[in-house]
Amino acid sequence: MMNMEIKCHRVAPGCAGGEALVTKEAISFLGNVDPLTGRVVDPAHELFGQCVAGKVLIFPGGKGSTVGSYVIYQLKKLNLAPAAMINLRSEPIVAVGAIISGIPLVDRVLEAVMKVRSGTWIEVDADGEWVRVHEEKGE
Amino acid sequence: MYLSRDEEAVYQGERGETLARMMQILVALGDIYGAERLVTVKSVQIAGVSYKNIGPAGLEWISRLQGRVAVPSILNPAGMDLVRWREMGIDEAFAERQRAVVQAYERLGVCIDCTCTPYQIYDSLAGRGDHLAWSESSAVSYANSVIGARSNREGGPSALAAALVGKTALYGYHLDENRMPTHLIDVQADLMGSDFGALGFLAGGMVKDGVPFFRLRSAPGRDDLKALGAAMAASGSVALYYVQDATAAPPGSNNLHPQEKITLGRAEIDQVYEQHPAEGCDAVAIGCPHCSGEELERVARLIGGRKVKAKMKLWICTARKVADAHPALVAAIEESGARVFCDTCMVVSPATERFSKMLTCSGKALAYLPGLAGVKAGYCSLEDCIEAALVEERQ
Repeated sequence: MMNMEIKCHRVAPGCAGGEALVTKEAISFLGNVDPLTGRVVDPAHELFGQCVAGKVLIFPGGKGSTVGSYVIYQLKKLNLAPAAMINLRSEPIVAVGAIISGIPLVDRVLEAVMKVRSGTWIEVDADGEWVRVHEEKGE
Repeated sequence: MYLSRDEEAVYQGERGETLARMMQILVALGDIYGAERLVTVKSVQIAGVSYKNIGPAGLEWISRLQGRVAVPSILNPAGMDLVRWREMGIDEAFAERQRAVVQAYERLGVCIDCTCTPYQIYDSLAGRGDHLAWSESSAVSYANSVIGARSNREGGPSALAAALVGKTALYGYHLDENRMPTHLIDVQADLMGSDFGALGFLAGGMVKDGVPFFRLRSAPGRDDLKALGAAMAASGSVALYYVQDATAAPPGSNNLHPQEKITLGRAEIDQVYEQHPAEGCDAVAIGCPHCSGEELERVARLIGGRKVKAKMKLWICTARKVADAHPALVAAIEESGARVFCDTCMVVSPATERFSKMLTCSGKALAYLPGLAGVKAGYCSLEDCIEAALVEERQ
């Protein structure tokens, strides 16, 4: 997969790029992510120990408490939020969190996006409704 | 989702940043749930008031919003009695932030009555067939089921979005197709008082997010329905239920086709009591959801001039408007050493956390206390709750 452009659906507006951080597991921002460090602190989560700051966070969707929306906002205020987020299917917690925080969020992407390796450079244009995957950036 | 020209203008930011974000929330939720359009709401009830739940980020977000609510809007309980918080053992730092949350909502034109039972104090907020955007799960259940209004269970930000825009996305319980019963529950027992909360505690776990239709032997009163719905919304996520001959009827109710039939009897109801014994309680909590005037009267009568035990707390929670309307009852209750706290409840206040076990006659509190406050819970009737709190009478 190189320089592939994929259609998606806008949930929260904006454009951003960053290194992909990918998980097949849903994320509960309240509980899974430390709002003061941006690290995934749940040992049971696939991303345990990783920091979401500045990343294009690719995950199937959110789960858990609706307070998770405010955790996303808190991360943004501390410059620890993801640059953008990509879901297979967004649910209200992450959707609301992204909107109130001004983080671009798209969903309804091809499942292939979930197979992107972490570290791959990704651009997200929520307004234009596309995601661009730059495999092996800097080669 | 279809937007009118005016809605589109708001969405594109022509009416300011706050309204644009709020409209984005409504549209995002509408897209997620497949709504065709927005619908005007009669009123909004906003969760996300207790500072314990929303934290510094929630407070900051609400404080930065600009504008005024477009429809009557009211708050869920806060983390403390806004006047008598010291008596609850709340510290100054928490109190200051909690006041700031309430002030931030007030600045937006929200009515700052903090209650989970807005329908007990304002009749005008919800009528049959009205579309609402309410948050508190027990109030949503009451509005949908007993009043016959239409509301989804909104999160804090989506309720505030509906309040500022005056609309919500048309999906879920706003539509007849999602208001059909999924379970038929036959209850072959005579129910009284806390039995309704026990039934709700059981039924919520069984039907999850379904729409139960009950056949009861006993005719429930308004407080019984309040308790039943609140418990089901906590042990499950039931937002709408029916009780034959007691609530509004399902749409096109001549043809009910529930997928599942359940029969419950006295043995199942009694198990709820037996599995949550009263032993070891250091506090008794009444008023989840907030007490009605009738319930305050019952509590005062049960206390009957006696005193609360030295090492026991008896807390009764209600809306400030209800307490203000019954000053003599409040005085009679407090004469015993019990406290009538307003604006808050045992589920959302950090004051609850210092107890080891609370005794309650609320199926909702029974479901929430262990997880949200880390407090064990015992379950019994209102009569036994009050008795457990009082000094035993000498012969």
